[in-house]
Amino acid sequence: MLPADPDRAIRYRDAVARIRGAGAEAAATELAGIAREVRRSIVRMIDRAQLGHIGGDLSVTDILVTCFWGALTLDPQRPTWEQRDRFILSKGHCAAALYSTLAHSGFFHTAELDTFMAPLSALNGHPNKIKVPGVETNTGALGHGFPVATGCAIAARLAGQTWRTVVVLGDGEMQEGSNWEAAMTAAHYGLSSLTAIVDRNRLQQGARTEQTKSLEPLGDKWRSFGWEVREVDGHDHLAVLEALAPSTNGQPVAVIANTVKGKGVSFMEDRVEWHHKVPTREQVALALGELGA
Amino acid sequence: MTVVDEVVTYDCRQAFAEELRALARADDRIVAVCNDSVGSSNLVGFREEFPERLINVGIAEQDLVGVAAGLANAGRIPFVCAAAPFLTGRALEQIKADVAYSEAHVVLCGQSPGMAYGELGPTHHSIEDLSWIRAVANLDVIVPADPAQTRAAVRWAASSGRPAYLRTPRFKVPAVTPADAPFAPGRAVRLTDGDDVTVIAIGSLTSRALEAAARLRAEGIGVRVLNMPFVDPIDTGAVLAAARETRGIVTAEEATTSGGLGAAVAATVVTGHPTAMRILGIPRVFAPTGSAAFLLDHFGLSADGIVDAVRDLLAGNG
Repeated sequence: MLPADPDRAIRYRDAVARIRGAGAEAAATELAGIAREVRRSIVRMIDRAQLGHIGGDLSVTDILVTCFWGALTLDPQRPTWEQRDRFILSKGHCAAALYSTLAHSGFFHTAELDTFMAPLSALNGHPNKIKVPGVETNTGALGHGFPVATGCAIAARLAGQTWRTVVVLGDGEMQEGSNWEAAMTAAHYGLSSLTAIVDRNRLQQGARTEQTKSLEPLGDKWRSFGWEVREVDGHDHLAVLEALAPSTNGQPVAVIANTVKGKGVSFMEDRVEWHHKVPTREQVALALGELGA
Repeated sequence: MTVVDEVVTYDCRQAFAEELRALARADDRIVAVCNDSVGSSNLVGFREEFPERLINVGIAEQDLVGVAAGLANAGRIPFVCAAAPFLTGRALEQIKADVAYSEAHVVLCGQSPGMAYGELGPTHHSIEDLSWIRAVANLDVIVPADPAQTRAAVRWAASSGRPAYLRTPRFKVPAVTPADAPFAPGRAVRLTDGDDVTVIAIGSLTSRALEAAARLRAEGIGVRVLNMPFVDPIDTGAVLAAARETRGIVTAEEATTSGGLGAAVAATVVTGHPTAMRILGIPRVFAPTGSAAFLLDHFGLSADGIVDAVRDLLAGNG
C-alpha cells in the first residue's frame, strides 16, 4: 500500500474546509483550479506511460474533483477509517483520473504518478485496492462497482451508520446487465445513502452509445427502477455538488452527469478516437497549454 | 459390506445451516447473502433468527457476489449461499475481481454441487466449478466430506480472513472423519493405512473410497485412503508421500476431470514424484438424464468404480 503524503493531506483538508465554507463563487473558482491540476497530471501520466484512456479520464475529472473536495468525508491519512464515505470508480479504465485525484488529495505522493503503468508500479492500468490507498474495490471489468457499492450501502444501514456511498459509472457501462441487477436491489432496499453518478459522455470505445446500444431514455430507466433522478451538467462543479445532496424521498439517487469526452482539450472533445488514443508530443504540449500549464 | 444399507447418511446442508446460525449468534459480523435461495440453502432458520442479516438480492448472481464484496468492505463476513452451478458459472468474474483479487473476506458457499440436481440436467449440474474456481488466485477451495467436516469448514472460513469457496455436499453421505481429524489448509486426513495403493477422495466420494478400500483389503490389497478437505491449498506432503510409499494414486471427485482434485494431485505428482494415477470424475461430457445416485454410478464414481480403478492401476494397464 502506497504511503500517504502528509503535507498534501493537510493542504487537502484545509482546501475542503475552505470550499465547503465558502460562497458559491469562491468554491467554484477553487474547484475549477483543482480540476485543472488534476487534468494536467492525467495528460502527463498518459504521455509518460504511452497508454491510457484519456477521453473518459477528462470527462469524469470534474465529477471526481467535486466528490473529493466538495461532497465526501475522507481522510487521506486514514484510507481505511471505518466511518469514511465509500467512493467507487466503477469505470476502472479511467484509473489515471482516479490516481491523479487521489494523489492531489494526499492519499499518496504525486511523484508516484510518474510510475503509471510502468513495470511493477502500484498504479496498474485499472485500480487495485491492495496497493493504492483510497481504492475501495478492484475495478476494470465493467459492471462490477455498482453491486459492490450496493453492498457497502447495505452494510452502513445494517450498522446504523451514516456514511454514504458514491459510485461513478460510465454511460456505456450501463449496457452491462449487472448494473441493473444492482439498481433493482438498491431500490428494493431503499438505500438512500447510495448515489450512482453516470458519466454521460455519450461515447463508448467504438462509437456513440446511441449508435451502439441506445441508453435513452436513461433518466426514465432509472426512475422506473425506483431511483430519484437528477440530471446535471457534469462539468459544472456547483451543479454536481447540488446533485450530490441527500435523497429527498428515501430512495437512492442517480445523477446523470452530462459530460464531454476529452473535456478541456479542444481537439479531443467529443471525438470517439480519443477513447484510448495516446497524444503525440506536440499534442501533449497543445493540451497542457489549453489546460493552463 | 452388507452394512452399507444401515449406515446413517446426512444432507450436509443441515450441518452447514446449524453451524452458520451458531456462529452468527456469537459474531454479529456474520451475514448471509442469497439469491432467492433461502429454502434450497436451508436458511429459513437463519432468516427467522436474524431477519436483518439475511440479504436476499433476488435471482441475480452477479449482484449477489458484488453485494457480498461490498458488505465485506464494511467489515461484515458474508456467507454467500447459492446453488453452486449459478454461483460459480454466472458470477465467476465477480468471484475473481470483487472477491479474490480484491482480497474480500467473502465465503462463497456452493450449495448442491456436483450431480446433486440429477434429473434437472446439465444446466443444474455443478461439475465444472472446481476447474473454474481452482483457476482463480487467492481463493481457498474447501470440499467437506461429512457433517463434522462441514461444521469445521464453516468455522474455519468465518475466521480465516480470506476468500474461500465452500462446496457442501447435498448428496447424502455418512460420517467418515474421526473426531480428532485435522482441519487446516494443506492438511489431508488419513482415513485408512495401506501400502499398495492410495485413494484420494473428496466430498461425497470419500465414503465410497472407504467402502472400496474395505473390499480390497478383504482381497489382501492395502489401500491408503486420504481425504483432502482443502483441494487448494492441497497437502503436497501427503500427496508426495503417497507417491513414494504406495504403487500409485487413484483420485475420486464429483466433478469434471479437467481441473479439480485429480488435476491438482497430478500436477503435484508429475513435478514432485511421478507415479501411476487414475483420475475418477466426470469426463468432458454433458450427463444423460438420471438421478444423482444413478449418475454417480454411471460415471464410475462408486465403490465398484474405485475398486476397478485400483485393480487396473495395479495391473499396470496403460
